[in-house]
Amino acid sequence: MAASSSGYSRMFFKLRKYANKSQSLYHTDSFNVVIRTIWTSGSKTQLQPKVHTKSLPQMVGVVGLEIHAQIQSTSKLFSGSHVRFLAPPNSLVSHFDASLPGTLPVLNRRCVEAAVLTGLALNCTINRKSLFDRKHYFYADMPAGYQITQQRVPIAVNGMLVYSYFEGRRRNQVVTKSVKIKQIQLEQDSGKSLHDDERSQTLIDLNRAGVGLMELVMEPEMCCGEEAAAAVRELQLILQALGTCQANMAEGQLRVDANVSVHRPGEPLGVRTEVKNINSVRHLAKAIDYEIQRQMEVLQSAGKVLNETRAFDSKSGNTIPMRDKEGLQDYRFMPEPNLPPLFVYESEASVPAGVDPAQVVVIDRLSGQLPELPSVKRTRLVETYGILQEHSFTLVNEDGLIDYFENVVQTTKAEPRKVIGWVIKELMGNLNSQNLNVSQSPISPCALAELISLVESGHISSSTAKQVFQEMWKAPEKTVGQIVKEQDLWMINDKEELQKICKRIVDSHPEEVQIIRGGNKKVLNKLMGEVQRETKGRTDPVQIRAILEKMVS
Amino acid sequence: MLGLSIREVSQALRDGRVSATELCRKCINQIQRTRYLNAFITITEETAMEQAQRTDSRLRTGKGKKGIPFSVKDNFCMENIETPCASGMLKGYVPPFNATVVQKLLDQGAVLVGKTNLVEFAMGAGSTDGVFGPVRNPWSYTSLYREQSTEDPDSDWAITGGSSGGSAAAVASLSSFLALGSDTGGSTRNPGSLCGVVALKPTYGLLSRHGLIPLVNSMDVPGIMTRSVHDAATVLRILQGRDERDSTTVQAPSTPPRLPEHFDIRDICVGIPKEYHAPGLSKDTLAQWSRVADMFEQAGARVQEVSLPHTQHSIVCYHVLCCCEVASNMARFDGLEYGHCSKVDSSTDAMYATTRHEVFNSVVRRRILSGNYFLLKSNYERYFVKAQQMRRLIAEDFKNVFRTGIDVLLTPTTLSDAARYSDFIQEDNRTRSAQEDVFTQPVNMAGLPAVTVPTALSHRGLPIGLQLIGQTLQDWKLLTVAQWMEQKKSAFIRSKVQQNSKIWKYFY
Repeated sequence: MAASSSGYSRMFFKLRKYANKSQSLYHTDSFNVVIRTIWTSGSKTQLQPKVHTKSLPQMVGVVGLEIHAQIQSTSKLFSGSHVRFLAPPNSLVSHFDASLPGTLPVLNRRCVEAAVLTGLALNCTINRKSLFDRKHYFYADMPAGYQITQQRVPIAVNGMLVYSYFEGRRRNQVVTKSVKIKQIQLEQDSGKSLHDDERSQTLIDLNRAGVGLMELVMEPEMCCGEEAAAAVRELQLILQALGTCQANMAEGQLRVDANVSVHRPGEPLGVRTEVKNINSVRHLAKAIDYEIQRQMEVLQSAGKVLNETRAFDSKSGNTIPMRDKEGLQDYRFMPEPNLPPLFVYESEASVPAGVDPAQVVVIDRLSGQLPELPSVKRTRLVETYGILQEHSFTLVNEDGLIDYFENVVQTTKAEPRKVIGWVIKELMGNLNSQNLNVSQSPISPCALAELISLVESGHISSSTAKQVFQEMWKAPEKTVGQIVKEQDLWMINDKEELQKICKRIVDSHPEEVQIIRGGNKKVLNKLMGEVQRETKGRTDPVQIRAILEKMVS
Repeated sequence: MLGLSIREVSQALRDGRVSATELCRKCINQIQRTRYLNAFITITEETAMEQAQRTDSRLRTGKGKKGIPFSVKDNFCMENIETPCASGMLKGYVPPFNATVVQKLLDQGAVLVGKTNLVEFAMGAGSTDGVFGPVRNPWSYTSLYREQSTEDPDSDWAITGGSSGGSAAAVASLSSFLALGSDTGGSTRNPGSLCGVVALKPTYGLLSRHGLIPLVNSMDVPGIMTRSVHDAATVLRILQGRDERDSTTVQAPSTPPRLPEHFDIRDICVGIPKEYHAPGLSKDTLAQWSRVADMFEQAGARVQEVSLPHTQHSIVCYHVLCCCEVASNMARFDGLEYGHCSKVDSSTDAMYATTRHEVFNSVVRRRILSGNYFLLKSNYERYFVKAQQMRRLIAEDFKNVFRTGIDVLLTPTTLSDAARYSDFIQEDNRTRSAQEDVFTQPVNMAGLPAVTVPTALSHRGLPIGLQLIGQTLQDWKLLTVAQWMEQKKSAFIRSKVQQNSKIWKYFY
């Protein structure tokens, strides 16, 4: 179900709409502005709630997810209206979306293909024949009084999602797990209600009404927020790779509800609550861990967990009960009579005579279109470039980072293992601190490659290079050469000059020289540091050590 | 002129014996003269005359299309024409688009003269309980009927049947050469039979439902009402075929340009289903049924009794399925997007409830209540699923019969001729629907084509029609047999209409 519950009982508005005017209907000034948040790595704090009791086994959390993924398509699931985020209210509403009597649903093949692609990527069985049903409930942002969904026979079933996260003190041990996907069903999204408390009225925007959704149901096989977050993160990457969903939680393209319960292993599952209103992966982990902890505490104090819907409050980090829709809903499911069964064919050869293969969904054709999935990508990166597994995760997680990395590798002779350090530490460090995407990086892959090449060829030292990198970031219009020249950062390779500098340092540090000569070789490092300071890091430490050793011996 | 068939009047237009404008004017005048029938909700005089003038100017250039006046049941959406569907819920509602079938007629140059009366949301068999009042059967105003009546024409008149009563009355009263109805359980054939016109319910899916305000999506079919079988075939040819806006439509089988004038009835096998000897079947209708069966036999057709064992359960199952879809389809009427909206705004739910209560009549409300009851999780298996299973068995019955070599089935269309209004309203809508739809709704359950053809007048001077049922997508063959029957039997009714204008004394 797509509509979120609301506690507002007063609703006052009139939507007078004779649909030829529906292109510029009820406008409103109030508008949700959502700031895009970028989530980069696994949650840093491991919130594994542990409640110890003397004799019984520990209680553990059980987490299942219900995910609504908005299908990335140009038009809606059953109508020709366009799909666009942040369009003026009610500017994308067809006669069907407004449920004008006499209008009929016409299935969008693109949405079916998206669901089949997603099903294939998640190792599902694609049902050759699936059915549509009506799910009835009155809600102001669902104009027909029912939602068309796939309750009886969904398009895809019995899949599996493999996901990984990191454990250990340095969070560099990869743990790989899997969760079963019970089903993927196609259904309509609802519109949006905007409640105006002051004037006690509700405004309705039907732009989203009828947009295609894939509802993915994950079995309750996860145990904590971190697992759920990792599973959702992996799902996001898969959907984005497929191009079937943009999967941005903040924009509502991916809506995740968590079913949470606690029990002692071996015992039946506990009473579950459904946690809604989660709009980032980080919040998902927080909400689940909070809820597990809360339920454990309720049970510890001999209380009872209620089967209820709770909302996550991102400010407090708590979950709070939502005022439920009045009582228990009976959705009065019924087959959708206006849509014939949805047939999907194995191959072009299995399309029956008289049916145009170009007009139907053929699985073979879609499997051929499957892109490289994130897990395969990571393995390839590790094998091809010899990089660490944890680095392959970072590369895949960041949109465009693989391309960037491979670009640099191809343009420089440096080892990929050296390049990855630059990409992960310097580039990502700078991007993250300024909240930028890879595509917004002021330093192009070429420029970075040039910089790394200068280090490799001994023209600048690696410590200088880091300095140059920051200069390049600030002044992207300058070439690497320009910066190095302007700041006089070229490596000092002239033997005589190096001898002079070293002599100066040795002469001005007689005490240290004395100690070294006395046998404490460690103090040589201090002299080396002095040389580096004097030359602003423009010398090769190996060379300097050799010269200094000679001088003090 | 108004009594002509489409074929005849098309020829007259081509020959220049009459202009589209003149023809349109005549029809509008006829509608005005017969206002007391209450057949029309909206008369589209202005747009009709404009359209007819355009047709005339095109006709003069030689490339023009025909300007046949037609009317449409008010549950078909038409752009910029108010479509209340005989309900307070949609009073003032102006759809922004044309129903596909209406558009196809307009594309042929047909001229819309008005939208016809019905029962609220087409729920009922009488055309007696819409917000615009009951429709009167034109045959109540013939000398044949009036001579037998001692009462005032305003108190003693017959119903048209329903729910497409206005469309049937429009064709019978010569206000239109053709009218569109809709047929969910017999809503086109029932009034067609009671008003003495040809009424075709095509195979489910052959005609688009886009723009038809739904009653039961899985059974609704636009219906065609004309004064001859030939005309019905002509209209079917125009309207049939796949529509991308209705996913349940099918490709039409290829059809010749016209029905064959001569065909050998000896090649045809006519089935007489014994279960249609139902209680309440009138003497007149029964006599007519057996007379026509004999007629087929004497002409050399094979006539044999057949059995449709599950038909007896059809009406009950029809009501369950009908109520379920009604409950669902009516959920959209919440007063928000369009239609009536209550002034009560203490809460959203209160607004929904009062909006719906204020304008839905008791028939609609009862069906919604029953439907929601049948669809409850705890009842679903017991009612909806059972009814669906029975529906399959009913469809199987028909298939089995056709598999034995039967080409068409011959049955009565209704139990009797049209009831007097004052008698009809003694029973409630539910009872009447169960009685009136008994011969017609099994065909909707199975999605088959069926046509009613007037074959005689009862002793009260009211028409009696017989129904022919065909196989899926064999509409053309069905009409071919129907035309043969018409040539043999009902030509005399038409001749009365056309030649003996005295019987229409209240019309002229």
